[in-house]
Amino acid sequence: MATAMEFFKLLPKTNCKDCGHPTCLAFAMQLANGKASLEDCPHISEESRKTLNESSAPPMRTVRIGTGDRAAVMGGETVLYRHERRFVNPTVYAVTVSDGLSDEEIVSRVGYAASLRFERVGTVFRLDCISVRNDSGDAERFSAAASMAAGSWDSPLILESESPSAMSAALDAVKGRRPLICGAYPGNMDRMMELAKEHGCPLALRGGTLEETASMAARAKAAGIEDMVLDTGAVTLKQCLERQTAARRAAVRKKFRALGYPLMNRVGSGEYAVALASVSTMKYGSLVIFDDLKPYEALPLFTLRNNIYTDPQVPIQVKQGVYPIGSPDSHSPIMFTTNFSLTYFTVRADIEKSKIPVWLQVVNTEGLSVLTAYAAGKFDPEHVAEAFRESGILDKSDSAVIVPGLVARMSGKLEEIIGRRAVVGTNESKNIPKHLREFMSG
Amino acid sequence: MNDIPQVAEKYKGEIAEIVLGKGDYVAGGAKGMPFLSFENPSKRRPMIAGEVVDDLEGYPEMAARMFDGRQNDPVEWAVMWKELGMDAVCVRLLSTDPARRGASPEDAAETVRRIADRTGLPVIVCGCGDRAVDGRTMAAVSGAVKDSRLILAKAEEEDYKTVSAAAMANGHVVLGFSNLDINLAKQMNILLSDFGIDGDSIIMDPLMAPLGMGLDYSYSVNERIRLAALSGDGMLQQPMLCDTTSAWDVGDATSQDDPALGDPVHRATWWEVMSALAAMMSGADILVMRGPAAADMVKVYAAELTEAD
Ligand code: SF4
Repeated sequence: MATAMEFFKLLPKTNCKDCGHPTCLAFAMQLANGKASLEDCPHISEESRKTLNESSAPPMRTVRIGTGDRAAVMGGETVLYRHERRFVNPTVYAVTVSDGLSDEEIVSRVGYAASLRFERVGTVFRLDCISVRNDSGDAERFSAAASMAAGSWDSPLILESESPSAMSAALDAVKGRRPLICGAYPGNMDRMMELAKEHGCPLALRGGTLEETASMAARAKAAGIEDMVLDTGAVTLKQCLERQTAARRAAVRKKFRALGYPLMNRVGSGEYAVALASVSTMKYGSLVIFDDLKPYEALPLFTLRNNIYTDPQVPIQVKQGVYPIGSPDSHSPIMFTTNFSLTYFTVRADIEKSKIPVWLQVVNTEGLSVLTAYAAGKFDPEHVAEAFRESGILDKSDSAVIVPGLVARMSGKLEEIIGRRAVVGTNESKNIPKHLREFMSG
Repeated sequence: MNDIPQVAEKYKGEIAEIVLGKGDYVAGGAKGMPFLSFENPSKRRPMIAGEVVDDLEGYPEMAARMFDGRQNDPVEWAVMWKELGMDAVCVRLLSTDPARRGASPEDAAETVRRIADRTGLPVIVCGCGDRAVDGRTMAAVSGAVKDSRLILAKAEEEDYKTVSAAAMANGHVVLGFSNLDINLAKQMNILLSDFGIDGDSIIMDPLMAPLGMGLDYSYSVNERIRLAALSGDGMLQQPMLCDTTSAWDVGDATSQDDPALGDPVHRATWWEVMSALAAMMSGADILVMRGPAAADMVKVYAAELTEAD
């Protein structure tokens, strides 16, 4: 992105206000912040407009597979490290549907892909795409398989074949779905580019090295292709890490256009494939296509993606309130902790381990952990009692309240305020299961 | 077509090297971001330590079953980690907890000495979490092992002097713990160095939260620590230790309630492997791991990532 001064130099400097800003400089500053568009100045010369458009373009193109709300969105990233700014478009995962399968097998395979879906607090983790692959070598079979798969899958599609004629047939069969054409390699590139243009679809380019991939991208761009996904040809973890890091740095730090596109990997299946996908998810991969992905691989991988793509600026807090763990009833123990999310996660995990249902009250301590919050006066009996009152937790169960061992000192006072027996719990969260079992039997 | 621009960063700082065990293991020494051969010529694979506890109460069943009964004797268990090719052993002396067996500092120290002798590996020694007890345990451990450089865990902001003094007495290394915050990590290093501990005897533990339980925070805290160290902040240039054993405490990792989540043993293994990969990608120099299959996979991946093309 150009700086305000770079923009300013190329503006007419007449301060005519037609752009809606008081001065050309003010407008330039908005441009540099990405808060205004060049189109708003009617007086800028054609030549300056061209120069500025080049330098104000984002370092990495945003590319979509599919259309509308269900499209898989990739790229558009502007930083190397997530603490600089949130990574915007999470890695897209796809599993393969081979056209070597029978029709029934295709339908059940698509059904399996759809089943890789996990509902978690506030989010749904799911598989994004299926990739129909031309293993049969037959154009007609590929086209039929694509059509069959597309019929039972309403999310984005990838078509994989090295044969332009098979690709052409399959593209005709899924018209309007805007699949990713996967893809072009040096030997078939011209024909694949024509198909991408003819069908208005994004195109995957695969080179054997980073250099070759970049030169293919430059060639495609010169031929008028904008929506590309690049496979750097990485087949090992190290290649994946190094090539993708080099590509991201070249795009973001050096404005190197030929690598300013989303990156992808084709990883096969099994342990090594999942390891590659993990590295790619952390290190700049926008699309990973698997031969197969098992549920026990998918859940951790989707969780990893979720963790890497969360907003690192959001404070480490959970909301004050009652969190039932298991299915607590009117006699289940009442526990409480701070809203520092790691404390909460840990306590929650340890309660779950006990298999004893619990009413857990989270008290707003502004993200401080137990001892720090206590020292800061944000986790004293008054605050806790107030949180109890607000949530009505004491009406949910007639059990005693378990006080975190680290703040045992507050139990007397708390008991007095809330009029309910308070029992001192453990210092360390990991001893909760043992304590809970004793509490229940005692 | 223009050539791809040069993307290697030039850094002013590098990570300290810490000699461990009998002098045959070294942690740290990175001169660039992890595994990037084009800017980090150190090419040192992160060390992997296998976890051993001397009291199995509260230790997950699912993990225990992977050790063929050898988990019942901490020394045998440590030897198993050596047989699996790991670089170190991390022993948690839980038996010293007064709420458990209340084992004496001398007994605990004897366990550590036998592990160091039998395996010949560097040993990371953790207490039971009771500060008074741990102070006595660390003093006893420090004196009992004189021919192997241990890592004594852990120094915390409110309580670092006892363990530091124990380490200094016999030339061991201190693990400085901080709670997920680059400033606290730096503060801990400053406290330790003001106390008189040299940079060649401090390792940082910035708290590696596992996948799904705050890994996002740890990943970025680690990255920021490593970037600050490389750009010359001398108070953040200690090697980082990341403990991924708590991956086994995450509900989604081990839950057996929902068959749609797939095989729990494989899932828990992946949970720890991905936590460890994230630790390594963000700068870990030493990993502490629980699952033998997970540790084995991570060791293979770490070796591959470290090698030059
Ligand atoms: S419209 Fe153009 S020339 Fe007029 S003030 Fe805005 S930037 Fe300057």
